[in-house]
Amino acid sequence: MRKILLFILFFLFNVSKAYSLIEVDITRGNLNPLPIAVSPLFSDSDTKQELKNETNISKLGEKISEVVENNLRRTGLFNPLEKNAFLQNPDVAHLKPRFEDWKLIKAQALITGQVKFVDEKLRVEFRLWDVLAAKELMALAFTTVPENWRRVGHIISDKIYERLTGEKGYFDTRIIYVAEQGPKTKRIKKLAIMDQDSVNTKYLTLGNELVLTPRFNPTNQMVTYLSYFKNLPRVYLLDIETGIQEVVGDFPGMTFAPRFSPDGKKIIMSFAKDGNSDIYTMNLENRIVNRITNHPSIDTSPSYSPDGKFITFNSDRSGFQQIYVMKSDGSNVKRISFGKGLYGTPVWSPRGDLIAFTKLHKGKFYIGVMRTDGSGERLLTENYYQEAPSWSPNGRVLIFYRETKSNSEGKGFSAKLWSIDLTGYNERQVPTETDGSDPSWSSLLSN
Amino acid sequence: MSKSILLSSAFHALIIILTIVSLPFVAKKPLDLPPLISVELIQISEKTNIPFAPKAKKIIEKIKEEEKKLVSEQAPPKKIKKIKPEAIPMPDQKVEKIKQVDDKQNPEVEDTKVKQVSEFEKKEIFDPTNIAALIDKSKENLAETDVKSNKITQSQDKSLNNVGLTLSEEDALKAQIFGCWSIPLGLPYNENLMVRIKLKLKPDGTIIDSEILDHARMNKPGQNFYKVLAESALRAIQLCQPLRVPSTGYERWKDLQLNFDAREMLEG
Repeated sequence: MRKILLFILFFLFNVSKAYSLIEVDITRGNLNPLPIAVSPLFSDSDTKQELKNETNISKLGEKISEVVENNLRRTGLFNPLEKNAFLQNPDVAHLKPRFEDWKLIKAQALITGQVKFVDEKLRVEFRLWDVLAAKELMALAFTTVPENWRRVGHIISDKIYERLTGEKGYFDTRIIYVAEQGPKTKRIKKLAIMDQDSVNTKYLTLGNELVLTPRFNPTNQMVTYLSYFKNLPRVYLLDIETGIQEVVGDFPGMTFAPRFSPDGKKIIMSFAKDGNSDIYTMNLENRIVNRITNHPSIDTSPSYSPDGKFITFNSDRSGFQQIYVMKSDGSNVKRISFGKGLYGTPVWSPRGDLIAFTKLHKGKFYIGVMRTDGSGERLLTENYYQEAPSWSPNGRVLIFYRETKSNSEGKGFSAKLWSIDLTGYNERQVPTETDGSDPSWSSLLSN
Repeated sequence: MSKSILLSSAFHALIIILTIVSLPFVAKKPLDLPPLISVELIQISEKTNIPFAPKAKKIIEKIKEEEKKLVSEQAPPKKIKKIKPEAIPMPDQKVEKIKQVDDKQNPEVEDTKVKQVSEFEKKEIFDPTNIAALIDKSKENLAETDVKSNKITQSQDKSLNNVGLTLSEEDALKAQIFGCWSIPLGLPYNENLMVRIKLKLKPDGTIIDSEILDHARMNKPGQNFYKVLAESALRAIQLCQPLRVPSTGYERWKDLQLNFDAREMLEG
């Protein structure tokens, strides 16, 4: 018995001396865009002819893959490879890619696809492949009317983006903005809308009245904006799908930046009553106005958190314009910006983790982000004049507008839309037909 | 009934006795306590407050004097006339050579044997008829050295077996993977998304097998971020192979675990 116990003890001691597995912590990586090969979507000659008759586009498959490629390139997270380097034909690659060939050109992901014309409808199928693991990651097919081919490209881009980054895409979206024309002192301002890739621009107002701060409803394709009618500010609601427009209300004094609540049932804005600017909400169902802040200082630019429980706004109650956060009933007001300079236009990220803002310091304008408690302030871009950041629906990219300085003769002034992602490296101008300001990003159309 | 109770209690008693007997720590030995030492606590000041000890002073002075004496009495090194050896001694002929020195003045017997006296002469006395023997010998020597070197590495390995990678080895591996790992930037920084991958490696650093330790989590609903991170980590490993592993100590790192954690990067 003693021997057995000794044996057990000996065994236990030996176990404690056993070989231990070496662990290495990898906490850093590179931010290089992922090399991706977008093989053109192939179609047989009959399909090509039929689609040409329908859409007047001879190579629709290639056009769709171009849309996907451009979308992915603009994110800054992907590096679509040069098509001339592809070794495998699109039709064969779609059936079974020769991964060695795609590895040779340093592709890590591959998109293949096919376009068909079935029952007067466009059928697009695509596959996403992991080249290094030599396996299929995703395969989907969409059927729609041929005129919708660009949207199919955007939806495919969204699916690929989501599969490779883990977060939802932002390609099947629109941007509404104020289109500007004419000299600075006599600007004609119209409400305009376009796809996020600057295609399909449409003008929603005629330019007779001044329009300001259009904002999308996060749940549907409704827009709220501010317009001056007989020099009085009016808040409007506009349904993009039907074109129906209605006046929400006339408000006294200076009214600023109406914005929807996350459920789309309320509008939050600031207006001056008895000379004092405070934050109010309006229930869109019963039009009841509710006062949220009551302070002698100027409170403006309110924005809800995505769960609707908090509101961020800017106020000069500390003596300088700073960013504050409060509960949605107006209680528990806390200042969160403490840096040097003035802070304004706070916008809560759809992901809920960050607040974007405009900062003015030493004559320069910055677009930045900070956490909702005010920590981790990061300034993403600096310029002579820029403001009004608006989040992409996935909370990764900010769109804003930037003005250039006019010379002594009053020429050279321009206002352009720009976008920047959270890394601060991927800054791009968003092309518009005319000058543009006050952009707002819609939610995903395919939701 | 009573019989079974008796039997049961007897067995229980037996088990208890056996346990007590077999457990070595149960048998208490009287503690062998060392005798108590009384310690006087004194206050520490800049100068010692211990009274002057003349006896101790005498002993110290005596030691000092003895040291001086030792120095002064030491004789100068004896001048020994250096005897220049005639040739570089060969390890095999050590005994013979001493004899030769003794008999050098008056050799009684004439040595007809061919002697190797230097490396240079060694070449001259090369016997072309005996090449095979020489080759064999060289082989033996090589084998000997090989065995020796192998022995050294094995012993080193044994000593390193329970040690992880050295800092430089770890840094080299990390630096290589940093270059290969494209972090999916859409991941949230405030979630625990560490991906642990166990690798089986060949001695040259190529991967025999890779296994995600929390593989089940990849296919759970709502774990898209984890899946994306795991796939990016696997891509990084594939892209990086052969991994930059140490040239020795294969037993140590043939199984390796890499923990991919992007929070630091994503937090910015």
